[in-house]
Amino acid sequence: MLARRIIPCLDVKDGKVVKGVKFRNHEIIGDIVPLAQQYAEQGADELVFYDITASSDQRVVDKSWVTRIAQVIDIPFCVAGGIKTVADAGKILEMGADKISVNSPALADPELITRLHDTFGQQCVVVGIDSFYNEETGQYQVHQYTGDETRTQVTAWQTADWVKEVQQRGAGEIVLNCMNQDGVRKGYDIEQLFAIRQSCAVPLIASGGAGESVHFKNVFEQADVDGALAASVFHKGIIPIPELKAYLRQQNIAIRD
Amino acid sequence: MAAQQIVIVNTGCANISSVKFAVERLGIPVAVSDDLNTIKKADKVFLPGVGSANAAMDSIHKKQLVSCIQELTQPVLGICLGMQLMVEKSAESLNDSTPCLGLIPGQVKRMQVDELRLPHMGWNTVTPIGDAPLFKGIDSGSYFYFVHSFAVALSEFTMASCQYAMDFSAGIHKDNFFGVQFHPERSSDAGSQLLKNFIDL
Repeated sequence: MLARRIIPCLDVKDGKVVKGVKFRNHEIIGDIVPLAQQYAEQGADELVFYDITASSDQRVVDKSWVTRIAQVIDIPFCVAGGIKTVADAGKILEMGADKISVNSPALADPELITRLHDTFGQQCVVVGIDSFYNEETGQYQVHQYTGDETRTQVTAWQTADWVKEVQQRGAGEIVLNCMNQDGVRKGYDIEQLFAIRQSCAVPLIASGGAGESVHFKNVFEQADVDGALAASVFHKGIIPIPELKAYLRQQNIAIRD
Repeated sequence: MAAQQIVIVNTGCANISSVKFAVERLGIPVAVSDDLNTIKKADKVFLPGVGSANAAMDSIHKKQLVSCIQELTQPVLGICLGMQLMVEKSAESLNDSTPCLGLIPGQVKRMQVDELRLPHMGWNTVTPIGDAPLFKGIDSGSYFYFVHSFAVALSEFTMASCQYAMDFSAGIHKDNFFGVQFHPERSSDAGSQLLKNFIDL
C-alpha cells in the first residue's frame, strides 16, 4: 500500500538551514548536508529544500549544495525557491534533485508550469502555494513573494482556482502552505486542506501548523493528504521522526517502516 | 573480484546523477557515457530515465544507441522510464504509441487508478516473485520509491509486483535485461541492496 509521507522541510538561506515564525525573523538551525543526512537516517520519506531568499532577491543564488545533498541522500528530495526558467530547473535536476518546486515565478508566469511539464515530465514538477485565509472576506487567497515580507503581496487568485489552474498546466504535486498556521504549531488547516483535496487529483502535501504527532494523524485521516510537511517540530526535536512514524503506524495509517 | 566497468547510458534524461551517486555510495566507480564502445565493453549497464517515453526514445535514436542497447549481452538494468523503454511500445506518446527497445515483451499503458491520485508518487510495498536475484536479501513487502503515471501490466516476465488500485510490474526480467519501475537510487537501504545485487550478478 502506498505510504503517507513525512516530509521535513529545510528552509535554506545563504547555504544554511533557517526557520522563522510566520515567515519572519529567520534563525539559523544548522548546516544543510548533515541535517539532511540525519533526517534520511531517521526515516524521513522525502526532503524539501526551500531557498527562501531566492525568489525575492535578484542575485544569482549558489545552488552547489544540491549536488552535495544528492551525493549523500538515498531518499527523494525536492528543491524550491528561485526557479524561474526551464534552464534553472534543468540545472537543479541535473545536480541530482528529484523534483523542483515553483511558487512565485509560476504566479508571475503560469506558462512556466506548462514548459516545465513539457520539458521534464509531470513527475518532477511541484507547485507550492502560499494560501492565506482572509477573515474579513472569508476567502483563501494566494500570496506571492512570501520569502521577503517587504515584497509579500496578495494575488488575484483564490486558492481553489489556482489549484485547478496549476493541475491543468501539468503540475505533478501540490504543496499547500497554509500561512495562518505556519510556525505556530496549532495543527494543520484541516478545513482548507479537505476543501482543496476535493479538486486536487495529483498528490497533495499539507504544510503549516504541525506541533504534535496527533496533528499528522488528523491531517492524514481528515484531509486525506498524501504527505505532511513540517519544519520546526523536527528541527527543534519536538517530534522525533521515528516516534512519529511508530505512533502513526499504531493509528493504522500506512507509513513506511 | 577485479574492478568491474559499470556504465550508465547517457540517455539525456535528468536522473542520471542520482543513479551515479547511488552506485558511488556503494564504493563502486561508474562512468556515464553515450559512446557505443564504452557501453558495449561494460560489465554492467544502467539505463536510467525520467520524463516522457517519446522524448527519451528520440534522444536514444539521435545518439544512435538503439541497436547497441539491443545487442548487449551483459546485465542491463532499466530504471523507471528506463524500464518502460525496455518493452515493445508505450502509450505515452504524441501519436498513437511510442515504439520502444523491444528487449522484453510488454506494453506501457496509463494507469487506471479510479479515485486515487496520479502520478503514483511515494513509497509503496513491492512483492518479489519467486527467488528474483535482484531482490536477494530484501524482504517481501519492502518499501521502494515510485513516481510514475504509466506502467507495465503483470506478465510472465514480471519479477516483482506492486499494487496501486491495480496490480502492475514493479520489476521485469528477461535474459540479461532487468527493469524496475521504482527508483532504487532513492529507495534507502532496500534500494541500495538492489543496486548491489545487480552489480554482483
